[in-house]
Amino acid sequence: MQLHYLTAHQLHDMLVNGEISSEEITLSVFNRIEQVDERIRAFITLTKDQALQQAKKVDLARLAGDKLPPLAGIPVAVKDNICTKGVRTTCASKILYQFIPPYNATVIERLNREQMVIIGKTNLDEFAMGSSCENSAFFPTSNPWDEKRVPGGSSGGSAAAVASGETVLALGSDTGGSIRLPASFCGVVGMKPTYGAVSRYGLVAYASSLDQIGPFARDVTDCALLLNTICGHDPLDSTSAPFDKTDYRTLLDGDIKGMKIGVPREMMGEGIDAGIREVIERAIDVLSGLGAYIEETTLPHTEYALPVYYLIAPAEASSNLARYDGVAYGYRSEKARDVIDMYMKSRSEGFGPEVKRRIMLGTYALSAGYYDAYYNKALKVRTLIKKDFDQAFKKYDLLLGPVAPCTAFKRGEKIDDPMQMYLVDVCTLSINLAGIPAISVPAGLSGNLPVGLHLMGKPFGEEDILRVAYAFEQNTDHHLKFPSL
Amino acid sequence: MSQYEAVIGLEVHVELKTNTKIFCNSSTEFGAEPNHHICPVCLGLPGVLPVVNKKVVEYAIKAGLALNCKIASFSKFDRKNYYYPDLPKNYQISQYDLPIAEHGYLDINVGGKEKRIGITRVHMEEDAGKLIHQGTIATTPFSLVDYNRTGVPLIEIVSEPDMRSAEEAIAYLEKLKAIIQYTGVSDCKMQEGSLRCDANISVRPAGQQELGTKTELKNMNSFKALHKALAYEIERQIEVLEDGGKITQETRTWDEARGVTLTMRSKEEAHDYRYFPDPDLVPLVISEEWVKEIQYAIPELPDQRKERFVRELGLPDYDAEVLTSAKELADFYEQCVKIYNNPKVISNWIMGDMLKMMNAGGLEIKDVRVKPEQLAKLLQLIDNGTISGKIAKNVFEEMFNSGMDPEIIVREKGLVQISDEGLIEKVVRQVVEANPKSVDDYKNGKKQALGFLVGQVMKLTKGKANPGMVNKMLSDMLDN
Repeated sequence: MQLHYLTAHQLHDMLVNGEISSEEITLSVFNRIEQVDERIRAFITLTKDQALQQAKKVDLARLAGDKLPPLAGIPVAVKDNICTKGVRTTCASKILYQFIPPYNATVIERLNREQMVIIGKTNLDEFAMGSSCENSAFFPTSNPWDEKRVPGGSSGGSAAAVASGETVLALGSDTGGSIRLPASFCGVVGMKPTYGAVSRYGLVAYASSLDQIGPFARDVTDCALLLNTICGHDPLDSTSAPFDKTDYRTLLDGDIKGMKIGVPREMMGEGIDAGIREVIERAIDVLSGLGAYIEETTLPHTEYALPVYYLIAPAEASSNLARYDGVAYGYRSEKARDVIDMYMKSRSEGFGPEVKRRIMLGTYALSAGYYDAYYNKALKVRTLIKKDFDQAFKKYDLLLGPVAPCTAFKRGEKIDDPMQMYLVDVCTLSINLAGIPAISVPAGLSGNLPVGLHLMGKPFGEEDILRVAYAFEQNTDHHLKFPSL
Repeated sequence: MSQYEAVIGLEVHVELKTNTKIFCNSSTEFGAEPNHHICPVCLGLPGVLPVVNKKVVEYAIKAGLALNCKIASFSKFDRKNYYYPDLPKNYQISQYDLPIAEHGYLDINVGGKEKRIGITRVHMEEDAGKLIHQGTIATTPFSLVDYNRTGVPLIEIVSEPDMRSAEEAIAYLEKLKAIIQYTGVSDCKMQEGSLRCDANISVRPAGQQELGTKTELKNMNSFKALHKALAYEIERQIEVLEDGGKITQETRTWDEARGVTLTMRSKEEAHDYRYFPDPDLVPLVISEEWVKEIQYAIPELPDQRKERFVRELGLPDYDAEVLTSAKELADFYEQCVKIYNNPKVISNWIMGDMLKMMNAGGLEIKDVRVKPEQLAKLLQLIDNGTISGKIAKNVFEEMFNSGMDPEIIVREKGLVQISDEGLIEKVVRQVVEANPKSVDDYKNGKKQALGFLVGQVMKLTKGKANPGMVNKMLSDMLDN
């Protein structure tokens, strides 16, 4: 039986009906990994033994008559910058190559509570810094739609694994687009929740004020279910928001009549490929046809999102990554003669070029004499960007646009030109700066490559996003197209 | 040589006495096995996040209020970035531009002169760990890190440059220590490092308004060291200026063994800490009600207690000042007064014999074995004539050393005062007969001869004769 493109909610029904066991689902996933991962290379670490143990536990629980949570026994892959107790967590960096956390991230505790089956840790750009998954210190991941192309980044491993049927669900992290971009490039659903909706405890920090963990899935229902599982207040994260959790799945009824959606002209103009624009315009027609009221609007400070992001994120990163010094854990250079030498050699040898670039950018931005001109100025502009969104959300329930200006590009195409690489995130960065939720939903193909529709909501407006995404999905068949592998 | 004036400001770190660390649940207990009070958070492992301990904020506010500061209604934590192996994240979570408390003061008294010293700010931060070297840091083949202290809560109290001498600086630090101890937020033990002090110091020709170039002094581990270091540095700076030189702005370390300050790092080598708001912590919004609640819970502070001692117990200013300088000493005193209601007599005993013995032994009040009830009992023994005041001094010394009850000491050593008239008369006659010359001297008007004769009686009775009775009996006998 070919299970690998079934969704979690389909598998759940089969599990509950006794048509299939979690062990069978899990084995089928590992079977699929064996078939395709040589080409895709989505995983850094596989945890087959633990996964099968967990699957058997779920099967026993079902046989004992326990009511299974919606995602019990469902395989999930975890981006390798989320700490898993006893399982190596590398951040795709040489500096943490051997690092085994003694604790679980809060989201992992939540997956465990849901009785999900964690199958392994997925590849990423080192410390989540990148847009192509090429910055992994170990190997690049391929796009399942075209193996010569990148899956997007930084959560490229998670997106590729979901797209290729190597897992049913996956977790990623999104600091400037790191979930939505690979979701768009790989043709899956990927969501960045509101800042504070999902605990960051145990997510290895890149830029603390922007990082957010979120779900990857093959349809909107699965995305809602995984979001249900991971979100909620966590006392271990001071920036985690206390808010009333709703069951997002129950809100998926396909009714979007009268919803007001704005299309920021800054996200549909120059720099966006014509093929992408076409796909988005078709999506607008679909949503209009369903009764949504859609018009053009403006986010005047959008052009500053990229420079602001590349001051704030590296500034925080320069401090967050200072702890990798070879003292207590992680890579330590063999060649060091004294403490300073140990710091310098361990970090020079342990970090890749993009990480070093951002540490240097951030260190500079925070330095005496430059702080006001760069970091502080960036904070002020960030406030303006946030105000743009506040303004827009006074009028609209939702904003809409493309996730990326282009489809998946070829491996090696942009890796030597950081500026070109950074521009890939031009539509997604402002969402993190504003702290609001956004989703990428498959909206069709352009030149045989997937294009994601970007839906952006108010703070804690996940339900609006999911509702519109679901209506769109139910009235199109893009989510039913799979790469031929 | 022209007159110079020193300008001194102190930066004092105080460890707060909370049960758990500032950003995690690890214990703050002192003296545990290395790396026994640690967790992923204080170790700064990848992915962990700090959550502020509310008790730390409460204690910092309490200290701020006790130091007459304004408490911020909005405050935040910042990261201070620098690399050192005892700092696992390579940044310290501290407070930069919005500290919890600002604009306070405390009053000191040096040589009978009151002076108000400004307190710029009080801020919260986390402590670092401890490096353990084999031998010295310069020659050790490797160093070990003990993270037990990592994340222990500190407040840093920064004074205005209002002190003009080493004596004023010491008085400030003593007063600060007393106030903090009174609030109960810290033990302030300098030897255990729960009170640490750095000094900023410059000199200028007397009368000049403009400040001279300052140096920062570190590594003073006792009040004595602070005093010596400041005195040395003042002299050194004056000498440099007198020789036509310039003071270099730098950080200097006190070398206790050699009794000198030495260059540690120059201004050029100073760190750029790249402070920025810690994005892992949300700003603190502090309600007026909470501050009021904390204010209400602050106990009587040294100045108020001193005033009360003067007002209610009739003590001289000086006595009250000394007795209230440490909370435990004042508590000891008040307990004595409760049992034995003669405040001045008790003050004399504590400020005389007891403090002298404590200083000689380098002891603090909590190390003293004499209990307030015992001191009171000793004084009662004098009053009821069981022992003389002179004997009492010996008894007290014994009590101080052994912690024994005065009654037991008096009984065991046979120190009970002789008040038997017949017995004393016998000895007095003996002394009069044995010292005809002194008797003659006395009768010829040399009244001081009486003292010698009294001394002889006391000597023969091993000090136990009731001195009042001896005196009276002798003069009666000789005058007739």
